[in-house]
This record gives sequence, structure tokens and C-alpha cells, in this order.
Amino acid sequence: MCGIVGLFLKNPSLQSKLGAHVETMLVGMSERGPDSAGIAVYHSPVAAGRSKLTLFNADEAYPWRKLAGDLGAALNVETDVSQKGNHALLIAETSEDKVIDWLHANRHDVRIMGYGKLMEVYKDMGLPGAVAKKYGLKKMAGTHAIGHTRMATESAVTTEHSHPFTPAPDMCLVHNGSLSNHNNLRKWLKKQGQSFDTDNDSEVAARYFAYRLGEGATLKEALEAGLTDLDGFFTFTMGTKDGFAVVRDGIACKPAVLAENDDWVAMASEFRSLAYLPDIEKAKIWEPAPATVYTWSLH
Amino acid sequence: MNVIDLAKTPLREVNSRLQKLPKDTNERLWKLVNVHGEHACAVGLTQPIEVQIEGHIGYYCGGMNQQATIVVNGQCGVGLAENIMSGEVRVKGNASAAAGATGQGGLIVIEGDAGTRCGISMKGVDIVVGGSVGAMSAFMAQAGSLVVCGDAGANLGDSLYEARIYVQGKVESLGADCVEKKMTPHHVAKLEKLLKRAGIGANPNKFKRYGSARKLYNFHVDNVDAY
Repeated sequence: MCGIVGLFLKNPSLQSKLGAHVETMLVGMSERGPDSAGIAVYHSPVAAGRSKLTLFNADEAYPWRKLAGDLGAALNVETDVSQKGNHALLIAETSEDKVIDWLHANRHDVRIMGYGKLMEVYKDMGLPGAVAKKYGLKKMAGTHAIGHTRMATESAVTTEHSHPFTPAPDMCLVHNGSLSNHNNLRKWLKKQGQSFDTDNDSEVAARYFAYRLGEGATLKEALEAGLTDLDGFFTFTMGTKDGFAVVRDGIACKPAVLAENDDWVAMASEFRSLAYLPDIEKAKIWEPAPATVYTWSLH
Repeated sequence: MNVIDLAKTPLREVNSRLQKLPKDTNERLWKLVNVHGEHACAVGLTQPIEVQIEGHIGYYCGGMNQQATIVVNGQCGVGLAENIMSGEVRVKGNASAAAGATGQGGLIVIEGDAGTRCGISMKGVDIVVGGSVGAMSAFMAQAGSLVVCGDAGANLGDSLYEARIYVQGKVESLGADCVEKKMTPHHVAKLEKLLKRAGIGANPNKFKRYGSARKLYNFHVDNVDAY
């Protein structure tokens, strides 16, 4: 069982409260996922020519400053690093591709949780409220955020298997459900040049959508293609640098509730997570229809 | 009226209090506030009391209801009035999936839309939906009536037994063994009575009736090779 939440702000005046609202939403999904939680927050974009990466090493005493120093010296660029729990936020004055290549070559013990210009990703074990507190979610301002709470039923509680999955710059996907054709799809995606970090079915979906978006599909087109190519049960919520999307499979047995007003769009597995949003009493609330793609864009 | 604030009283205590009311109770009108999407609210009630729920509510609201009248002034989650036996459950907003699942009697009124599988396996309950219903509604429905004033999603009435379905709007598609049937004066009268009971102002003459072709649930000798 899992819990999903997502909040997309249409009214810029609410941006300072993004983290606070998403924390409340995430806590609302504690019973659906008390083992671990993950969040992707779109906030504080870096200046042009810079990139932002969220990195992970289980050891809280990991030498992040040294990593940033070595990276800066090797690529001859400015770097900045700050530690949050067993994650580190790295900002470098170069493209994310160059940083990722350097990390792959020089730091095998570091996992890249997410990258791009504005997305930050944190995943940790424990109750959603504790994870949110540890990474200071409440104080994060921004445009949109997606969260996931996990109750492990079949595999170990690790950050590796936790959502959100982040297959491309500023893109993340959370999934409630299970896919039945992920092995074939993984093989096919590998042939198209995609590489995988885990054996997780949700990662296959994430990389599938990243592949479609990379081909030039719009968010809506990518998700509609997924309705044809992905077999199984799913409620997906996806974030891109300026977009937010929800889609469910044709049977729609994995729960989802959408709410929208002039100021925001919110998605959650259950209404409990939406109950405290501003003006929720007057928002439009509905259950997303099966095999129907819902997208929103900032522009 | 008794008002209970769920921000102060735990749900379990609220349900237990309502469930334990004696037959001759004078406390017949209750209001629940600050419900914030709690699951299994006002379930298992057995006395003819009225419970008003202010705000949006979670899963299985009014489940197993007997005799009580429950009114939700908001939206509700999955499994509204699941296995209702008697009484009435009314939602002023929308309901999520599987509203009225396995309901044996009583009346459910959803003034807005209902999600997928509305009235799945219903066994005698009457469900009146002011708006539209999602896909697979009245799946394996056995008895009772499902009235849809709006449209119905795909595979309406799949594997239907003897329940009656009335739809005013469009039906995306009919499920296996579900067919359109003649709307006789007898059915119009029945529907009129039901709409009146539900307080929904629709014209019964504008509805179409759907039911079981009865080809699926009886063994047919032509199919013997399939076994």
C-alpha cells in the first residue's frame, strides 16, 4: 500500500506556503505509508548555466565538502554544497550532465536522487512527518511538489526503492500500483538507450515517460502513450519543471482524489490529505476517471 | 441537536456512542463537525436517528446502516453506505468508487456524481444519482434499482442479475448481458415514486431502462463443451 500527494500552485502568492501544505498532506498519508517517505519539491531555481543535484549517501558523516571541492577542481567550476540528513544539495556552475559524468566516474558511493534546475528530492525511512521535519519541508517555497509514503509489502524498506523516481532533469514520478509488463518494457527501453538503477517496476514507468518526453511528446501525449504501453495497475502523479499530471489505469482500482480551485490543484490517494488545504470546502473535488490524462501547466 | 467535534472526540468514540443509542432514545438529531475525511464515519448505526456530517468524508461512510438517516454535506470517499440494510444515506456532493456496494436495502442518494463501480453487487438497495456514474456501475448487481439522472460510464450493468437500471443521459457502453428494456407505465410509476422519495426533480418519462438479458447466469446446454 502507498500514499501519494501532489500540490501544484497556480496562484504565486501561495508559493511561500508550498512546503507547509505539502507536509500536512504527506502526514495525512501516514496510515497508507508509515515505513518511508519521499518528496520532490520544485523551488529555488538556480541561475542560468548552473545545475542542482540532490545526492545521497547513508553515512551522515559523508565528506560532502570534499566531494564538492574535488568536483570543482576537476571541472574548474564553482560549487556549493549543503547537507540535509544523509542527503546533500549540490549546486555547480556547469551542466548537470557534466556533474553526473564526474560523479559516475569518481563517486560510486553517491546516489543521485534528482537533478535539474529546481527540483530537490529527499527520501528517507520513518513516518512521513518525521521525514518532512528532517529535511525542512515546511520552509520550502516553490511552485509544486509531489510526495509518496510507502508501506513495504514485498520488498525491503530502502531509499533506493522509494519514490519519487527521477529519470530526467526536473522530472519525477510517483506510482501507486504494480505493472505486469515491466520486464519487456525495460528490455525495450534498454534497446532505446535508457539505463536503469533498480529492478523496480515504477522506475520502468518513469523511464518510459522520460523517453517519450525526450522524443518530443507533450506531457499529455506521453501519458496517453503510457495508457497503451503500460499494463497493470497504476495511479501516477508526475511533475516536470512547469507541469503536473495525474493518470490512472483503465480499471482505476488504486485510489485517487483530485481537488482544484483558482489558486491550486491538489492530488492525493485519499481526501484526508486534502482536508486542510486553504478553501478546500469550496474547491471542486472529484475522482479522476479511469484511463484519462489530467495535466496542468504553469504557462 | 447534539453536536460532536471530531477535532476533539476520536472517531471510534463517536461511532460507539451512536451505535449504543437505545431504541427509545430522545437524542435523534446529531451533527458531526470537523470530520476532515475520516474513514468509517457513522457506520453500523441501528436506530432511526439522523446524523448530519458537515464537510468531506472518507471511505465507507454510513456502512452497514440500519434505519438511520445520514446526510453528508460534502463529498465522500470510496464505499459510501457499503452493505446498507435500511434507512437513508444522502450525499450533497460527489461520491467516489463503489458507492452502495452490496447494499441490501434502504436508499442512497448522491446529489452529485458517483465514481466507478457505483452499486457494485447491490442486493436490494435503491440508489439515486443526481449526476453521472463512472465505469462498471451496477457490476453484478442482483436486486434493487440504480437511477442515474446524468450519464453512465463504460460497461454499465456488466454481468447483471435482477437489478433495474434507469439512465436519463448517455450510456457509454453496456456490459456483458446488460440490455435496454422497454419502459412500461409500470416502470415509469416505480421510477417516479423513487425519484420523489429521493427528492430529485427529474422527469421519469425521459429515462431509459436497462436490465439483464438473462443469458449469462443460467447454464445453457449449448455451452456444455466449454466445461
